Amino acid sequence: MTRLPPQLWLGAALTAVFLAAALLSFLWVPHDPNALNIAAKLRAPSTTHWLGTDHFGRDLVSMLMVGARTSMAVALIAVGIGIGIGVPLGLAAAARRGSWLDELIMRGNDLIFAFPSLVIAILITAIFGPSATNAILAIGIFNIPVFARVARGSALTIWTQDFILAARVAGKGAARINVEHILPNITNLLIVQGTIQFSLGILAEAGLSYVGLGAQPPTPSWGRMLADAQTMIYTEPRLAMVPGLTIVLMVLGLNLMGDGLRDMLDPRLRRLREGAA
Amino acid sequence: MIEIRDLSLTIHGTPILRDVDLSIASGQVVGLVGESGSGKSLTALALMDLLPHGSKAGGQILIDDTPLPTQAAEGHDRAMCKIRGNRISMIFQEPMTALNPVKTIGEQVAETLILHGAATRKDALRIASEKLTRVGLSPDRFPLDRYPHELSGGQRQRVCIAQAIALHPDLLIADEPTTALDVTTQAQILDLLRELVAEEEMGLLLITHDLAVVAGMADQVAVMKAGEIVEQGPTEGLFRTMSHPYTRQLLSASEHQPDRVDRAQDIPLLEVRKAIRDYPLPRTRLFEPRPQFRAVNGVSFHLNKGESLGLVGESGCGKSTLTRAILGLEPLQGGDTRLNGKTVGPDMDPARRSGMQVVFQDPYASFNPRWTVERIVSEPYHLTGRPENWRDHVADALSDVGLTEEAMHRYPHEFSGGQRQRIAIARALILEPELIVLDEAVSALDVSVRAQILDLLADLQRRKGLGFLFISHDLSVVRNITDRVLVMRAGEIVEEGPTETVFANPTHPYTKSLIDAAPVIPPDWKENPYGTALV
Amino acid sequence: MFRYLALRALSLGLSLVVASWVIFAMIELVPGDPASFMLGLNAEPDTVAALREELGLSGSAPTRYLNWVSGMVTGDFGRSYTYRVEVSELVWERMQVSLPLALFALILSTTIAIPVGMLAASRRGGIADYGIMGATQLGIAVPNFWFAMLLVLIFSIQLRWFSAGGFPGWDQGFWPGVKALTLPAVALALPQASILSRVMRSSLLEVLHQDYIRTARAKGLSMGQATRRHALRNALIPVLTILGLQFSFLLAGAIIIENVFFLPGLGRLIFQAITQRDLIVVESVVMLLVFAVILVTFLVDLAYALVDPRLRRRP
Repeated sequence: MTRLPPQLWLGAALTAVFLAAALLSFLWVPHDPNALNIAAKLRAPSTTHWLGTDHFGRDLVSMLMVGARTSMAVALIAVGIGIGIGVPLGLAAAARRGSWLDELIMRGNDLIFAFPSLVIAILITAIFGPSATNAILAIGIFNIPVFARVARGSALTIWTQDFILAARVAGKGAARINVEHILPNITNLLIVQGTIQFSLGILAEAGLSYVGLGAQPPTPSWGRMLADAQTMIYTEPRLAMVPGLTIVLMVLGLNLMGDGLRDMLDPRLRRLREGAA
Repeated sequence: MIEIRDLSLTIHGTPILRDVDLSIASGQVVGLVGESGSGKSLTALALMDLLPHGSKAGGQILIDDTPLPTQAAEGHDRAMCKIRGNRISMIFQEPMTALNPVKTIGEQVAETLILHGAATRKDALRIASEKLTRVGLSPDRFPLDRYPHELSGGQRQRVCIAQAIALHPDLLIADEPTTALDVTTQAQILDLLRELVAEEEMGLLLITHDLAVVAGMADQVAVMKAGEIVEQGPTEGLFRTMSHPYTRQLLSASEHQPDRVDRAQDIPLLEVRKAIRDYPLPRTRLFEPRPQFRAVNGVSFHLNKGESLGLVGESGCGKSTLTRAILGLEPLQGGDTRLNGKTVGPDMDPARRSGMQVVFQDPYASFNPRWTVERIVSEPYHLTGRPENWRDHVADALSDVGLTEEAMHRYPHEFSGGQRQRIAIARALILEPELIVLDEAVSALDVSVRAQILDLLADLQRRKGLGFLFISHDLSVVRNITDRVLVMRAGEIVEEGPTETVFANPTHPYTKSLIDAAPVIPPDWKENPYGTALV
Repeated sequence: MFRYLALRALSLGLSLVVASWVIFAMIELVPGDPASFMLGLNAEPDTVAALREELGLSGSAPTRYLNWVSGMVTGDFGRSYTYRVEVSELVWERMQVSLPLALFALILSTTIAIPVGMLAASRRGGIADYGIMGATQLGIAVPNFWFAMLLVLIFSIQLRWFSAGGFPGWDQGFWPGVKALTLPAVALALPQASILSRVMRSSLLEVLHQDYIRTARAKGLSMGQATRRHALRNALIPVLTILGLQFSFLLAGAIIIENVFFLPGLGRLIFQAITQRDLIVVESVVMLLVFAVILVTFLVDLAYALVDPRLRRRP
């Protein structure tokens, strides 16, 4: 293995910190994130409250840790939905290029793209009321066409390669070819796209819970921490800075990791593509 | 008069060229011949000062005794911009991608003139039109506002030539200008270049891997190997003496005739009867059936057991479509193909499918880059089920093609092009089929590697009595390895017969034009003073 | 070209029709009856029925769908339950904030991103490139509503250059309106500009490796000339794709940003409508947003045809 790109290290390290904090929150948090303690409200950072407390006296670190859990769970499940449904659709479309199935899948993609994820969230909320599940659904539905497109596009270039013809001469059908030849060769791209969609999911979840369409109280979430902080931005800018910077660092870590992965994984893809030329 | 003196080149510290000396007089064609990686294209790019990043060039290049600015000189790129396209121009191998897809051909030719201040925009378009007419694209058939995608490969190469000669350069560099083209188009482009050299009194540096092209075109030849010119001189003299062993080796490899033993039996192995293959085209009108394109139109032929049959045709003639139908990958719309008397088609049973295998052209795209050689070679076992001792069979197949067992656990990218083609042949052999379809199987290889692969194929045929269907656009290869040959054009077989007869006495005008268009080295050049052939 | 555009228009028109089914069906799924919701728990059944009639809620689903669609085609969006005005009037009023905001942000992000992307590509591996790549990496990671809060904190509270929110209305003049939309537009544009400049950079770098750039250089064009005359237009093709997709993000973003700045736009309208179960408003605004996205997709297709002659066909 050649030297790993530096941004991969940085990104992976940042991501690991947040992941660890989220996992740790199941076992231990410094304070109960939902415990109201008006007496201790708006405390500045100290040894007991590392980042201080909010206007209800809740510990910010604890809220961020539990919020990381919500945020990551939403984004991760949404990526799962995107991959789980989008990739098979994309592969099926590529395998039957130009057929009615391909056409149907691609037009379906166009249709979903016409609904911004926020609009999907609005519609779902109108039906079921706001919840974290809605956020997952809204972001997940939006991820489906993204992964379908990536899978279809990259699968199409691989379908033109001679080793696919060789597999067909060896009597292999489209399903087997997809599993044995196409999927392993597009995994890299899917991983890179997965990190991108994961980070977009974090941002989207924050946006949805900020406007009240995501996780509902008492579940702590980064977006709602910001919504609460907004009214006090004149007096207590810290309450807006802390969760905001947390989101920036989390997303930055994921994006750096995605870029690093692409740099690391791309040479082989490039060679494959050159081989086709 | 262009002179290259002591040209050397390193890229990121790796030496690429050493002590290259070359001179090209006006009105003269100099051929630079070498295999891939010999440094011949980089020599051209060094002349143009368009080397890749990390390159360091040394030595001197002079036009009419004036040295070109060296890499280190202040503002040398600005100075070179005045020379490129004006005094030295260049055309490249891939005409399909060499033109900007979003600009018209008129604009692109006129740009050369406007850029160097030779004409106003209006005049430039008029001159562009003249130049395009000169290269065979008259404005009544090819108006200036055509876009590159509306032209064929040969026509695009003509546009490239027009923009390269627009300003009467002292030197035109042509880097493999016809390698991507069909043989008849190649002949036309070479004719055009030869005429232009005489008319414009420019020098032409013709870079190619093909000795026969050089023999027909060049006044002087330089042979390049591993970044050095090993031999150069007047064309005829060089071919007659062949003083350097590498030159001799190149020539003998390019004309290599493998030792073949006729093992053909009079039992038909593959029969194709009145095969028809239609493709749907995009709809032109809504609510009307899609128009069909007939790629294969009533083709009939047979191939006997142990026979080697050639199928020759230019690109777009339908040979690839026919190949896919023969392999049972796509259905026919009429007629049928049979293997050992049993119908071949997309839904035939695995046992029947295992009777034939295929080797493709591109040794890079032929394998899943994530699979080991062992897994690649054993893939056809999907048809028959893997025997207990399948690893031994893989090892045997690899040894049949001259590779060792040690290759089994390695990945394709660890092998050279020739070795990969051997792996592809091993994969085709693993089920011991009776028929192997060789789809341009040696076309992408350098001549010396190609000669070895042809020997291997001949040897395998002798030992195993295999039937070969040899599909190629390259007449010389087909001539050297087949018993019979079919000539295909526009979906139909226009001529068929024993290879030697067809090549010696072609009856169809198309076959004649193909054979006439193929460049050859004059036979008497290959005789030494004692009257016997050197090779 | 006509054929290509006609096909695209047909396909997008079809998307629009299917989208209207989806929206209608989803609104049908919404639990609770708006009429009872509006009249409260103690309403007489007769009163509720009368209101249902008035709101166009009676009749079978297909009839109501047809009424809704035919109404919208003629500009009659129905009446809002809560505002007691024509939805079309309401939407028209709010659109005068949302549309300029989205356009403002789009113009900002494009005019920043394209030159910045070009600069980074032309200085590949240099300090400028690293600087731009780092800054855009950060720009992508910033949630736009949080960035909006920071802008308010700095430019409204500390520097007092802009007001912290609200919209004076266009009848107060053009510049006050633009001023009120500046901070929201900047907040919206930042992440989009970051993405777009990265796309521009990589697209240009890829085009610069194409054979025809080498041809252009062989003709005597300098690297800068080759970039401007040959690379740029080709590099814009993928940028257009992203631009089209971004419009949909801008619309969504605008809905959120309007909440930060208390702008009376479509976003605020839709949130108020949801909390008050004013479904006819939700339905119409969502349909309008989807229509806008599809319209932009078509404009992008049109731009493709203008940029890329391979999509045009000779008659």
